[in-house]
Amino acid sequence: MQASAPVQTQQAPAGRTLDVDDLTVRYGSAVAVDGVSLSIEPGEVVALLGPSGCGKTTLLRVIAGFVRQVAGRVLVDGGAIDHLPANQRNVGIVFQNYALFPHMNVTENVAYGLRARGQRGPAVEARVSRMLDMVQLGGFRDRLPRQLSGGQQQRVALARALAVEPSILLLDEPFAALDRNLRLDMQIEVKRLQRQLGLTTILVTHDQDEAMSVADRIAVMNKGTVEQFDTPVAIYDRPQTLFVNGFIGTTNLLPGKVIARDGDGATVALDAGAALHLPAPAGIAAGTTVLLSVRPEQLVLSTEATAESWPIVPGLSLPLGSQIIHEARTTDGVALKIVEPRLRAPAGDARRFCALAPDARPSLFPRSTQ
Amino acid sequence: MGSRSLGMTPPSLRDTSPADGGGKRFALAEWQLALPLALAFAALFLAPLLLLVGVSFFNDDKITQPGFGSWVKFFGDPFNYKVIGDTLLLGVKTVCATIVVGYPLALVYLDLGARLQKVLLFIIIMPLLLSVVVRTFAWIVVLGREGMVNQVLIGLGLISEPLRLLQTELGLVISLTQIEMPLMLLPLISVMSRLDPNLRDASAALGASRWRTLFTVIVPLSMPGLVAGCLLVFASSTTAFISQTVIGGVRLIYLPLLIWQQSLVVYNWPLAAVASLSLVVSVLSVIAALSYLGRRSSGHLHG
Repeated sequence: MQASAPVQTQQAPAGRTLDVDDLTVRYGSAVAVDGVSLSIEPGEVVALLGPSGCGKTTLLRVIAGFVRQVAGRVLVDGGAIDHLPANQRNVGIVFQNYALFPHMNVTENVAYGLRARGQRGPAVEARVSRMLDMVQLGGFRDRLPRQLSGGQQQRVALARALAVEPSILLLDEPFAALDRNLRLDMQIEVKRLQRQLGLTTILVTHDQDEAMSVADRIAVMNKGTVEQFDTPVAIYDRPQTLFVNGFIGTTNLLPGKVIARDGDGATVALDAGAALHLPAPAGIAAGTTVLLSVRPEQLVLSTEATAESWPIVPGLSLPLGSQIIHEARTTDGVALKIVEPRLRAPAGDARRFCALAPDARPSLFPRSTQ
Repeated sequence: MGSRSLGMTPPSLRDTSPADGGGKRFALAEWQLALPLALAFAALFLAPLLLLVGVSFFNDDKITQPGFGSWVKFFGDPFNYKVIGDTLLLGVKTVCATIVVGYPLALVYLDLGARLQKVLLFIIIMPLLLSVVVRTFAWIVVLGREGMVNQVLIGLGLISEPLRLLQTELGLVISLTQIEMPLMLLPLISVMSRLDPNLRDASAALGASRWRTLFTVIVPLSMPGLVAGCLLVFASSTTAFISQTVIGGVRLIYLPLLIWQQSLVVYNWPLAAVASLSLVVSVLSVIAALSYLGRRSSGHLHG
């Protein structure tokens, strides 16, 4: 990211570690978070990513102290904080709607946490000025929140959360209310501040692009559990479960059957009509029915049949900026999406065979997990 | 009215849209819809008020000699100033008592789950479903010499002689507080339940205690509802003739009782008119001052 040129961490308190240990939260009889464990490094940005209702916001609210867990612990720098009420946890939080105090101006909002800690006088003013300069809002000190744009309000919310030097920064869908261009600017801005301060940060989002671009690691959540906790690249290229595979990016699922195993690999006969030799996880034995997951950009079209390609019925082709998305169907009726650079694509639909690209990294999942 | 805007149109306006579509001739402008009420107001409120002003400018109770005699007589008597003062003070005391009891109740309401909120709301509204007369007589049973309050206090050994609560201002304020409570709670609850619940969490996360959150965030943001509640309770308690006379008795004289005596006992209508107008003016000026202060304190919220 260009905006985050190497920054001295002069004022940075070394980031804290945050550990979530076998955490369970129930609302009545419904389990919102089910035995989640996460171990977060100092200064790391972790995104909690998942569909709505997956428990990601509940997990955030437990860390902030707004919701009590029925089991499990939250530890900052190795010490449990579960017994502390929200106002003693020293956790900074930015809400999706920013939750600025509408009757206070920008200065009063940013000073709120300092005043609540009993600080008074010029020290507070100096700190508020420094925070407002940091988020580039020095000229808006006397404005009320409703006189600010969405992006400016978010900067105020960020300055307010950071003013008290929190040990952990929590961001609850902070970019969801911003339009596309502003969102990118703010993502860069937040990342810059976070790096500068060395703050351990948790970002809750349902937007995979946001998680990919902002987070160092992503915890993909589903139905109250963490399906995979890994770097963005690993999550995209090596999804561990079918859910992660389907939730992150677009994918094609081709049914097939393992006909032979050798070492780390397996030979898979696709129902669409091809035999492929692929790397396969150890748990998949010969004879297992499987789903082969391939990203649209990892498929290629060709005019000739080979042992490793299968016939398709071409459908629509949609130009999308620099890329073309081809729709197609296999002979057994599975819909496929294939993406290729627009300049490389020949005209017409003479290419009636599909194969894996040379550098493709498809994933195999046993069918029973679906 | 375009069909695109239908989704955002309040139901009351939506009902007129078929007429719009059918032909412009039948379309009613919004001010025309208000005409029936405006006419009723003019006939039943404005006209009698003007009549009252007219009657006040007669000197004698037969209403034959025009003049300022009744005004001079009313405001020449120091007793009447005391009555006006007592009336306004009664309103202030009732407002204070409803705030002290009602505000915490509104906070409790805010913290309840949806089902319990409905139950509490029903309990709050229930007094409105009973006649004021019934509620007032109920308080006589509660506050009387042999009433519940005295029996409990004597039973606990806290007092030996029954307290005198009826026909005292204390008893009157206690019963008015209960009788007027819905007027304080309904506007307060409607404003407070629209507050963003994240504001409390944000305040807590920034290190504020619950009390600090209450006084720096919740109270300032609930001012519009609090002011509206104060206005309603003040206007209603200063003019609560039935409760004032039944519980206060004839020993406590407030303006409504004075007006009743002058108009229906003494039959001096010009003097009753002057007393009525001084009630209207004094109550309205307090209300105007309150709502001015309320607007100033909440102007920056919705302005």
